[in-house]
Order: sequence, then C-alpha cells, then structure tokens
Amino acid sequence: MGRVILVTGVSGYLGGSLARDLATDPDVDQVIGVDLVPPRQDLGPVRFVPADIRNPVIAKVIVGEDVDTVVHADVLPASGRGGSASSAKETNVIGTMQLLAACQKAPGLRKLVLRSSTEVYGASPRDPAMFTEDMSPKEVPRAGFARDALEVEGYVRGFARRRPDVVVTVLRQATLIGPTVDTAITRYFAYPAVPTVLGFDARLQFCHEQDVLGSLRVAVADDVPGSFNIAGRGILMLSQAIRRLGRPPVPLPSFAIAGVGSLLRSARLVDFPSDLTALLTYGRGVDTTRMREVLGFHPAFSTEEAFADFARTVLPGALSRERVARAENRLRGLHPEEIGHG
Amino acid sequence: MAEAEIIPLGARGRPGRGSGRRTTPSAAARSLASGVPKPRISGPRGPSASPEPAAQRDSAAPADELFVTGRHGEVGFDVAAALAWAAQEVFGDDWEKSLAEVLAFVRRRLTGEYTVDEFGFDAELTSQLTMAVLRPLAERWFRIDVRGIENIPAGSGALVVSNHSGTLPMDALMTSLVVHDHAHRHLRMLGADLVFRLPFVGEMARRSGATLACSEDAERMLDQGELVGVWPEGFKGIGKPFSQRYTLQRFGRGGFVSAALRTKVPIVPCSVVGAEEIYPLVGNIPSLARLLGVPYIPITPFLPWLGPLGMIPLPSKWLIEFGEPIRTDTYADGAADEPMLVFNLTDQVRETIQQTLHALLIRRGSVFS
Repeated sequence: MGRVILVTGVSGYLGGSLARDLATDPDVDQVIGVDLVPPRQDLGPVRFVPADIRNPVIAKVIVGEDVDTVVHADVLPASGRGGSASSAKETNVIGTMQLLAACQKAPGLRKLVLRSSTEVYGASPRDPAMFTEDMSPKEVPRAGFARDALEVEGYVRGFARRRPDVVVTVLRQATLIGPTVDTAITRYFAYPAVPTVLGFDARLQFCHEQDVLGSLRVAVADDVPGSFNIAGRGILMLSQAIRRLGRPPVPLPSFAIAGVGSLLRSARLVDFPSDLTALLTYGRGVDTTRMREVLGFHPAFSTEEAFADFARTVLPGALSRERVARAENRLRGLHPEEIGHG
Repeated sequence: MAEAEIIPLGARGRPGRGSGRRTTPSAAARSLASGVPKPRISGPRGPSASPEPAAQRDSAAPADELFVTGRHGEVGFDVAAALAWAAQEVFGDDWEKSLAEVLAFVRRRLTGEYTVDEFGFDAELTSQLTMAVLRPLAERWFRIDVRGIENIPAGSGALVVSNHSGTLPMDALMTSLVVHDHAHRHLRMLGADLVFRLPFVGEMARRSGATLACSEDAERMLDQGELVGVWPEGFKGIGKPFSQRYTLQRFGRGGFVSAALRTKVPIVPCSVVGAEEIYPLVGNIPSLARLLGVPYIPITPFLPWLGPLGMIPLPSKWLIEFGEPIRTDTYADGAADEPMLVFNLTDQVRETIQQTLHALLIRRGSVFS
C-alpha cells in the first residue's frame, strides 16, 4: 500500500504546487489537501478537503484516511493570508496546536514535515554572521510572523518528544522569492522607489520557489529528522538587490520607518513590510551545511540567481542596467549602443 | 625576537593625484581636441579637431562648447565633453584609460554587479575606495613605519591580536591598510556589537570586512583561511585616559585564544605605537555616555571645543610591528577547553605586545618626530 499524505495550506501557490507534485509520485496513493478556502489553481489528483485546522474535525481526516505523512505548510505571515496579524497568529499558532493534537492521536502517522522560516532567528546587531540550526535567536522576536514561527517550532519540538516514533523534519526556509510568488518582499521590491533604513544595509538570503518545493519533496521522500536551514548559496546586500532592479532606494531614518511606512501604506504608495523591518535593517545569514550534507538537498538557485529570476518579472527601474551602460558609453565618448570593456 | 626589517612607506612608484604634472586648461583643450578620434557622438570634437591655435581655445573654450545640440536633438549640457575635460584635469595624460576604469567601476556599483561574501564584505569597494581614502592618512599624516610584515602568513588563516587605543578605532583602520598594502591580504576585523548597532558605522564595518566579535564568527572566518584581526582590550583600551597610554588593559576573557586553538591557526601579536596620541582622552562624561548607551563620551584638548575641527587627529608618528607568530597547532584537540592554558596563552600574547610597545616607544623618541 502506498503512502497517504496530508498537506495543509493548499490554497496558496506553494502548498498547492507541492500537493500536486506529491500526487504524481507513484509511491503515493493519495494526497489530501486541506485549507479554509478553495484553491485558486487546479490541484489535479489531489483530494481537497475544505477544513479549518483549528477545528478538531482535522483529527477525523487524519485518522479516517489513515494518513502517514503530514506536511504542515500553512504557517504564513499575515501578508500571505490577506488578513490581520492577530488572525494570522490564530491560524498559525492555534491551527498548529490543533493539528499536532490530531497528529498525536493518529497511530498510523510516521512523519511530520513543517515548513518553517529563518525568521525564527530574528535579526539584531548581536547576531552571528551565519546562524546554524542549533543556535537560538540573540534577540527573541516578540511579535509578528517571526514570533508565530518560533512558537510553532516550539510546539513541534514538544510533539517530537511525545511521539518519538514519528520522523519530524523542520525546514527553515530563507526569504521566499521567485517569478510566480506574491509576498510582502516581492511587492516591496516592485515599487518604483524602494524605502530602506538609513545607515543600514541588510544581508539577505533568498530561497527560490522551486527550491522551497524541492526541499519539501526531499523531506517527504527521505527520513531525515531534525531542523534544516534552506537557502540559496551566497548573500545579496539589500542595497545591491535594489540596484540590480535599477530602482532608486529611499533611505528613511529608522524612527520614521513605522510612521512613514503606515502613511505610505494608507496612501497605497509603498508597503514597507512591518514584519520585515528587523530583517531589512540588520539582515540575516544562515549556514546551509546541514542542508547539503545531512538532508542531501542542493538548491538549483543561488541567492543571486533566485533574485535574478524574480527580477526578470518586474519592470526595470529608472536606473536600469541598460540605461547605466548607455550613460557610461556616452561619458566615454563611445556610441551609446557600443559594448564597453571592463 | 629577530630584528624586523623596516619597510619604508610611501614611495611605491605611484605618483598620486596632485604630485604628477599639472595640466593647464589650454593643454586640456588641446588634447581633448586630438585625443578623441570617435566622430560618432556629436559635441565639441567636430570643430575642435581642426588644429586651431590652443591660445584661442583657452580655459573658456570647453565651457562654451559644453552647451550643444545633441544627436537626438536635445539641447543641453554636453556631459561627455564636460567630463572629458574634467577627467583630463584629474587623471592627466592617461585619462581615457583611467576614466574608462573609473566609469566601469561606477557602473558596477550602480547596477549592483559585484559580489559580497557571507559576512557582507565588499572586496572591490574596500580595495578601490576605502583603502585609497585611508592611504594618504597613513603615508603622509601618520607616516607609519611597518615592521615584521613577513610574520603575516601568505595564504592561510591567522589571528592578528593588537593593542587598542586612540578614542576612535583609527588603529584598526590603519592596521588593515598596512596589511592590505604590504601583505596584500584583507584584515577581517572583529568588532563589538555596538559597532553593528550604530547606523552608517555598522554598514561601513561589514562592507570593509568586519564582523561581530563572537566565537562563532571568529572561528568561521579562521576556518575559511582568513586573516582575522582582533583588539581584545575593546572599549577599555580604546577609551582609556591619556595618562594610561601604552598600558595594556585586560585582554578580554581570552576568547580570541580559544578561537585560535580550536581552528589551530597562529596568533600574530601586533603592537601599534602612535594611536594613543591622535585624540588624547583627558575627560569623559560617564552619565551622558550611559544615557546614550555608548561606552564613553570623549573629551580631548580639541573635542568638543573646536567642533568638527577637533575631529582632525594629531599627526603623531606611528610604528606598527607584527611579532613572531605564536603557534597553536601543537596543542591537543581539547586545548581550547582548558582555562589555565587559555589564560597562559593570553598572558603570553599580552606580555609580548606590552614589551614590544616599550621597545617601539624608545625607538620612536619624540611623539611627532
């Protein structure tokens, strides 16, 4: 008999794609997709069950369908849900608690995969350059999605202690980016002028949408318990990323970010993602040695490549590469279209 | 310790800006006329290609011709001509090549086509810009004499441990410049978390290769074979009163020794003489410092009385000596967890630097010599 996999959060792009991918695996009998709202994309052979994971009804699905693997991909920031921070917290934290309670009562369960985020490490000036999986945040995130993810991971650790027979894999994924995803950070980069924190330049690491899916597939296919940082190789500075998009940065002093941010948000000009303020100030890097050596996953995209793949999809800004190159040629007295050297 | 060789600074066969030949405006106009054979771009070069007497085309000439009608019909300021004229002024004869290099550099900076390492180190910017800004200060102002540069390993990891002084961390910047210019390596500095909390300072620090002084980062860098610089006295050293100059403070808790022992890299003691006198710290406002969350508010004979002028460091004479490396690879694997050994090694490094400081002070004689 093949496997029965339950995937949460299938209405989102990533959860849906993952469920559809897993369903094509010949070893898998059935993939059950769970979400509150019906999925926008066609899920193919995935059986969609409209259910709220905060409701004990989820336990009936897990036991009744004899699910052996649960992929919890429904821990998302408020911006990904289109709701408020408190309702996102409700779904993230309470939903996870209910789901884990149901999992604990399911005798047939063999594996739990949690899609978490590197946000759990927080971002502060006291951070080491690269976080490994066994480090804890230097400044514990007090609110927002980072706090949710941290609490969710805590509950998952508790579950792993109570059910040692279940393989528990936690994938802490770096900032998701890619041509088809729509997140707070992709919207942030798409504005004609990008607000930044004056006097700070964050180190960013990205994880391409394909690699997010790829790493989840590996975690479902192989039995590798533990936590893993998932990120593309290399680092991109925030200033560098904005320059690669050809957009002018607008540095704002840190004390003005909150006020100006909400002003711009209400004017629908620029959405400075409040969840990401710490990240966009101090930045963060995670070490991916365990991902390569223990999980055996090698991302197809480096941080730079993932960002370039995303940059393809947004219109180049006022300071685009072509314009800069043309200006350079003019200054050198070459024909504007000529290819300069160096 | 073997007597180190004195390596003179300054003359590296590279005439700096201003030291080369001066170009008169007419000469600029002349070579502008003949030096650019590209006819495709419109502008002043068409008419100026004719061999007119340079006298008529004196300094006013370029300015006249900068307002032209462009190829696309736009009337305006011809940036190309203006820049060419300015470039001639700045770079001299070889201006076209130098300008091309500068423009390519600017283009890469503008479009973000450079790479930084995982610590946020921007090697290109540091070599091309930061070091170039610091160099005149080191060569002309502080007239740094460097000794024992051969003690820095050529390609492998090492930990440079130095004394710290001078109110502002000028000694760290100068040491990294000296290492860059003489040993051709980047000194990766370890800084306190305050550095990374401050706007601009933290940004610049990461860009020039610094990272947080914590064992994780230090060991990570040393494992990667980097040359890491550490100032274990920290704020106690840099913010000590002038009366205590050249007296080493406590060397932290010996964390740097543990890092070196774990990664089995040599420790290179570095002694800096001269930095103590650049901003003589005669007072401090502890209450204000506590309020602002900084370790000290410096009062020097010129700061804050002279305002921004007080920021000009006194031109003391500097000597930087790198001592013989202290090997750590001979110890057993768990050596880093033996506190007594760590304390002893810390003291050994501290003593070496203290003695070298005394020897260098005698050698230097007067402060501003």
